Amino acid sequence: MIIDVPKFVKTERAFWEELESVVNRFERDPLTCLDMEELKRFHYLYARVSADLSKLATFAFEKEVRAYLEDLVARAYAEIHETRRIPHRFSPFEWLRCTLPHTFRAHILAFRVALAATMIGAMFGAGVMLLDPNAKDAVMPFRQLLGDPGERVAREESTQVDHLSGRKAQGAAFYITHNTKIALFVLSAGITLGVVTLILLFYNGVVLGAICLDYVLSGETTFLVGWLLPHGSVEIPAILVAGQAGLVLGAALIGWGRKIPLADRMRAVAPDLVTLVFGVVLMLGWAALVEAFFSQYHEPVIPYSIKIGVGIVELALLVLFFSRCGRKTRNDANDKRKTTADQNA
Amino acid sequence: MTLMTKGKQLLIRTPEGVEFPMQIAGPVTRFFALAIDRCVVMLASSVVTVTLSLVGLFSMDLFLAVTSVLGLTLALGYPIVAEWRWRGQTLGKHVLNLRVIDVQGLRLQFSQVVVRNLLRFFDEFPLGFSFVGGASHLISMRGQRLGDLAANTVVIRHVQAKEPDLDKLLPDKYNSFREYPHLAARLRQSVSPHEAGVSLNAVTRRDALDDVERMRLFKMMAGNFRGLVKFPQEATEGLSDEQYVRNVVDILFRDAG
Repeated sequence: MIIDVPKFVKTERAFWEELESVVNRFERDPLTCLDMEELKRFHYLYARVSADLSKLATFAFEKEVRAYLEDLVARAYAEIHETRRIPHRFSPFEWLRCTLPHTFRAHILAFRVALAATMIGAMFGAGVMLLDPNAKDAVMPFRQLLGDPGERVAREESTQVDHLSGRKAQGAAFYITHNTKIALFVLSAGITLGVVTLILLFYNGVVLGAICLDYVLSGETTFLVGWLLPHGSVEIPAILVAGQAGLVLGAALIGWGRKIPLADRMRAVAPDLVTLVFGVVLMLGWAALVEAFFSQYHEPVIPYSIKIGVGIVELALLVLFFSRCGRKTRNDANDKRKTTADQNA
Repeated sequence: MTLMTKGKQLLIRTPEGVEFPMQIAGPVTRFFALAIDRCVVMLASSVVTVTLSLVGLFSMDLFLAVTSVLGLTLALGYPIVAEWRWRGQTLGKHVLNLRVIDVQGLRLQFSQVVVRNLLRFFDEFPLGFSFVGGASHLISMRGQRLGDLAANTVVIRHVQAKEPDLDKLLPDKYNSFREYPHLAARLRQSVSPHEAGVSLNAVTRRDALDDVERMRLFKMMAGNFRGLVKFPQEATEGLSDEQYVRNVVDILFRDAG
C-alpha cells in the first residue's frame, strides 16, 4: 500500500488530538464518567488511531510521529482494556466501618495462622525461661528488661516525680515509627512465601512469652498486665494483622489449588494488602499514644485496676470491631442485590 | 492481549493487533533514580525540620516527635504519592525518563503503587543496600524487583526519539529522486524502520568510518535500496553509492510535503 504520508498525517491529526484530549481527561481525573455517545466515540477514536499506527508502522520515516502514536495508543489501551473495578471516591468512614473489617474477615485463616505462630513462640519462650532462667540474655532483646522484675516494679512504684515529663511525645513518636517499620517488614517478608513472616511472628511470640513468664514467676502479674494490656491489646493484634497480610501475600504467591495465573492472584490480593497495612498503621498509632501517655504510669499514679480495665475495654472493642463491624451493611447489600435480581428476573 | 519479553523490551500486543514495545529500565538507571529520590526526601525532611523549628521554641518534645514521624511519613509516602499522582514517576524517575507501568500496560492502580513501595522494606534488605531487590532484578526476565513482582509492575525507560538535524547532515542539495514522487513514496513504504535507522546512522557517522570500510558499507546499502525500488537511469546516473544512500535518507527522513 502506498499512501501520501504528509496528507495522511494532516487528515488524521485531528483524530489523534481528539483521542489525546479524552485520554488526558481520564488521566487528570481517573473517576471521569463518559456517557454512551462519548464512550462510543472514544472506542472509535482508539480503533482509528490503532489502525493509523498499524499503517505507519511499516513506514521508515516519521519516527517522532510513530513514537507519539505508540504512546497515545498505549495510554488509550490502558483505559479501554481496564476491566478491574473502577476505584470509587475514597470515604475514610466507609473504609473504617466496612472495608477494613470485611478484609480482615475475608482472610481470617491467615490471621489464625499468624496467631498460632505467635502463641507457639510464646509457649516456647515461656518454656525456655522455665527450663533455663539464665537464657534470659539470649531470649530478650531489650536490655532494660534483663533486670529483676521485682526491683523494677519497686522502683517504678516509688517514683515521686513524672519521669516521662518532657519526653512523652518523643516516646509516642519512637513507638509509632519503630513499630510501623517492624510491622511493614513482617508484611513485606511475606514475599518469601510467608516463611520469614512466620519466623518473625514466632520470634515475637518467644520474646513476649519470656517476658510474661519472667514477671509471673517474680509474682508481678498484676504489674505485668497493667503495664502491657493498655497498649498491647492493640499493638500485638496490629503486628498479628501485619503478619496476616504477609501470609496473604505468601499464599497468593504459592496459589495452592488455584488454577489462576500468578499475576492475576497478585492483582486480586493487592487491594486487601493495602487495606490491612493502613489498618495496621492506624492501630499502631493508637497503641503508641497509649503506651507513651498511659501505659508507662503505674500505681500509685494510676491504679492497676483502671489500667487493666482500659486494656480489657480496648481489646473487647477491637474484637467487636473486627468481628461484627460492617456485617449488617454487607447483608443489606446482598439482600438489595437479590431483590434487584428477582425484579430483573 | 499478548505479553512478550524480547531482550530488554516488553512487547505488548493489543487485541486490535497493534504492537508497542516498552524498553525495560536497567539496574544502574534505577539505582540513580533511587539515589535522586533519597536526596529529595532528605531535602524535604530538612526543610520540614527548619520550618518546624519554631515549634521547638515552645516544646522541644513536640518538635522532636513531629519531625521524627514526618521523616518516616515522607520516606514512605513520597514515592507512593508521587507515583500515584504522576502516573508512575517520582522526581528521580522523571529526571532519568523512567516510569512504573502495569505489566500488562493497563492503568496503574493505587494498590499496585502501595504494594511495590511497601515491599521496598524487604527489597532493600540488608541495611538498605538493595541486595535482595538487586538480585531479583538481575534474575527476573522483566527486570523486576520483588516489589514489582508482587505488584505486577515493571519499570520502563521512556526513550524520546531525537530527530537528527538533517539540514546539517544533508545540505539542501538537488535530490534527483524527488523528481519521481511515486517512486519516492514506494521507497518510503518499502524500507523497514530498521533499515532506515541503519542508513541514517551510517550517514551520521561516516567520518568515523575507515575509508575502505565506508565504501564497502555504502555499496552494500545502495545495492539493497536499488533492489527495493528501481529509479530511472537519468535519476541515478553519476551517483556514487554514498550519494545514493544520502538521497534515500533525504527521501525517508525529510518532510516530503
